[in-house]
Amino acid sequence: MKKVHFSEWGLESPRYWGLLALMAVIVAIGGAAAWYMEHNGHWVTGMTNQIVWGTPHVFAIFLIVAASGALNTASIGSVFEKKLYKPLARLSGLLAITLLMGGLAVLVLDLGKPDRLLVAMTHYNFKSIFAWNIFLYTGFMAVVAVYLWFMMDRRFNKHYRPVGILAFVWRIILTTGTGSIFGFIVARQGYDAAILAPMFVIMSFAYGLAIYILVLMFTYKIDGRELGDKVLFRLKNLLGVFAAAVFYFTLVYHITNLYGTENHEYEAFILLNGGIYTFLFWVGWVFVGCLLPMALVYHPTIGKTRGGIIAAAVSVILGGLATVYVIVIGGQAFPMAMFPGKTIVASGFFDGVNGQPFLYSPSLPEVLLGIGGMALVLLLTFVAIRVLQFLPVSLADEVVDPHHAKS
Amino acid sequence: MTGKRSITLLAILVSSLFFGLGTAHAGEGVEGTAKADKLTSCVEPTPVMRRRHFEFIEHQRDLTVHQGIRGSKHSLAGCVDCHARRDASGKPVPVNAEGEFCNTCHEYAAVEFDCFMCHSTVPGEK
Amino acid sequence: MSSTSDQGRRDFLKKAAAATTTVTLAPGVVLHTLQAQAEPRTTPVTDKVRWGMLIDTSKCVEGCNDCVEACDQENGLDLVNKPEGADDALWERQRPQWIRHVKLKDNMTGRITNLVMMCQHCEFPPCVDVCPTGASFKRADGIVMVDRHICIGCRYCMMACPYKARSFIHADVAEKLTRAPRGKGCVESCNFCVHRLDNGQTTTACQDACKHQAIVFGDLKDPDSPVSKALKAYPSVQIRDDLKLNTGVRYTNI
Repeated sequence: MKKVHFSEWGLESPRYWGLLALMAVIVAIGGAAAWYMEHNGHWVTGMTNQIVWGTPHVFAIFLIVAASGALNTASIGSVFEKKLYKPLARLSGLLAITLLMGGLAVLVLDLGKPDRLLVAMTHYNFKSIFAWNIFLYTGFMAVVAVYLWFMMDRRFNKHYRPVGILAFVWRIILTTGTGSIFGFIVARQGYDAAILAPMFVIMSFAYGLAIYILVLMFTYKIDGRELGDKVLFRLKNLLGVFAAAVFYFTLVYHITNLYGTENHEYEAFILLNGGIYTFLFWVGWVFVGCLLPMALVYHPTIGKTRGGIIAAAVSVILGGLATVYVIVIGGQAFPMAMFPGKTIVASGFFDGVNGQPFLYSPSLPEVLLGIGGMALVLLLTFVAIRVLQFLPVSLADEVVDPHHAKS
Repeated sequence: MTGKRSITLLAILVSSLFFGLGTAHAGEGVEGTAKADKLTSCVEPTPVMRRRHFEFIEHQRDLTVHQGIRGSKHSLAGCVDCHARRDASGKPVPVNAEGEFCNTCHEYAAVEFDCFMCHSTVPGEK
Repeated sequence: MSSTSDQGRRDFLKKAAAATTTVTLAPGVVLHTLQAQAEPRTTPVTDKVRWGMLIDTSKCVEGCNDCVEACDQENGLDLVNKPEGADDALWERQRPQWIRHVKLKDNMTGRITNLVMMCQHCEFPPCVDVCPTGASFKRADGIVMVDRHICIGCRYCMMACPYKARSFIHADVAEKLTRAPRGKGCVESCNFCVHRLDNGQTTTACQDACKHQAIVFGDLKDPDSPVSKALKAYPSVQIRDDLKLNTGVRYTNI
């Protein structure tokens, strides 16, 4: 393999600043939405005492999960020593950090008391998986930052592999922790399942890689850098594998649930008669999130076009948002089984009378906050690749492929 | 009408405008109507209170919430009970209203406090 | 430490003994009500007491809302006003409520049961387990409550509560009671009228309001307390006993 050279994103100024301004405006709109919700209180959102986590949490969890997945390409390079992936590692580490920042920003801005963030940093309940996650998230950013530093600083270059391994282990624990936020909830039927933790890990692989592919293609295209088929096809094939793995975990999750009679009503809710949740499950989670990207990626002709690859990555992202929506909000909308064998026929506090699910419709500020978080990710990424050398000058086939180099 | 007097009048007018904003339904506190006005010192000597009242309140807050100890001399309810003035009609005026006990000092020192985001600002029901 | 608190309890009982009344609740179950002079507590609560409740569903009457209204007034929930411009139906799902009336129908037999639900004051509360800051906590005397001073409003406790007992404050609260502080952005739930207990009273507002005497409240660790006697005399259940949370609120005739 030739020596890989890195350089700053060389977009000409007007386009670069225009792009940055666009992102900043979207971030500002998200910030204004957060301020509006905080100032008035959560009554201006669709969230209630029944659906306590809403659309902001869908975006936040999606981004946090994707963050650890974005580190994949770096891990494959330094932990598993795959040469082809090594030039991809810097952007991978960067996206891991920026995605996490975007996700955490959304999560924090939705708190009832975001001004008390300091309290969250000074008071800990170590039995809470949430409290562990505070350490897992901040620790992850620190470890990946060191990882990036060792990769980019020639003096420490020889030491970066151990840090890479640490980052890899850390990211697995992190996503396990995020999945466990739900897996540990014994109260709700849709959540109380240990499989959620590994399923979140595999979801992170898919979402992180999809975002990585899109960012890589965009930054290279707009900057006129060469991105060869060797790298891209390797990544898109991997995306297909991950989408298939998500599909596999989805199957196992629901089939094990279906085996137990106590879960039949919940399964019927998600799979058959849950309205929007059933729709999002089949169309969003299963079709758009898993089957469509697999078909696109492995299609003999479409799978080899840039458009097909972009469509597959976009499809994984949209399907991913639907997946998280079904898990987070669908899981809450299904009434809790407090009285087995009995039906609640009247309640003074919305207990799922006659088995009816709880109502939730996302409000505009919630959605804007979530989109603002996504724009924040891109904003931070674009700033970083402009000022530091994250991107290889070229990822053309002859640069990345040792056999090309020899011939 | 001298210039000085008209300035005073203007000041009163402007400040009453602000009173209207700050406390929508309570009148202005009448001098000498707070229980504290009849006492020579607070639960601790005045300089100590000035410097450390927030520590006392914060310490007491944990004792009350977690250990159930109520009505001790450092309780916030006690502060409000003693320092709230009454308006001309005898209604208690919120202690954090413009010109009232908590507000005057905190405004002057530009220190924000959020006790009254949750706590009652007038003497409580017994 | 325990000896001093014991002393405090003994003093309190001595003071209260003068004003003891007796109510016959059911044959063999006698309710001693301590009509104590309000004496604010000066010693920390201890685990020598565990507050608990027994709800007799056969006495709970459909259409009666007395306990709910009493709770709303006692804890200032009736002061939480709908914000201007809020949607009525949505606000109904957002406003706080601590105790609620629930009517059940048995799927097989069609038998109707009426009961009230509130925080079950678990010995092993899931809301306390998940709270990142420790704001959701269990007092030594078994009361599960929220320390609003360190609650960040993440609502994870609401996700974790198997009884849906908690409410989030969705809007600013203009007027609040001294005994029941409340503000936008924190979570709260039934605290067994903790201000009453700390001030030397031994009843909750819902219990006092229930003219059908469906609610018996008291110290589960005192074998002579009415609630302990009633629990001993009648079969009772915990809701979601599969979770093994050892709730402080029990039900009979469900």
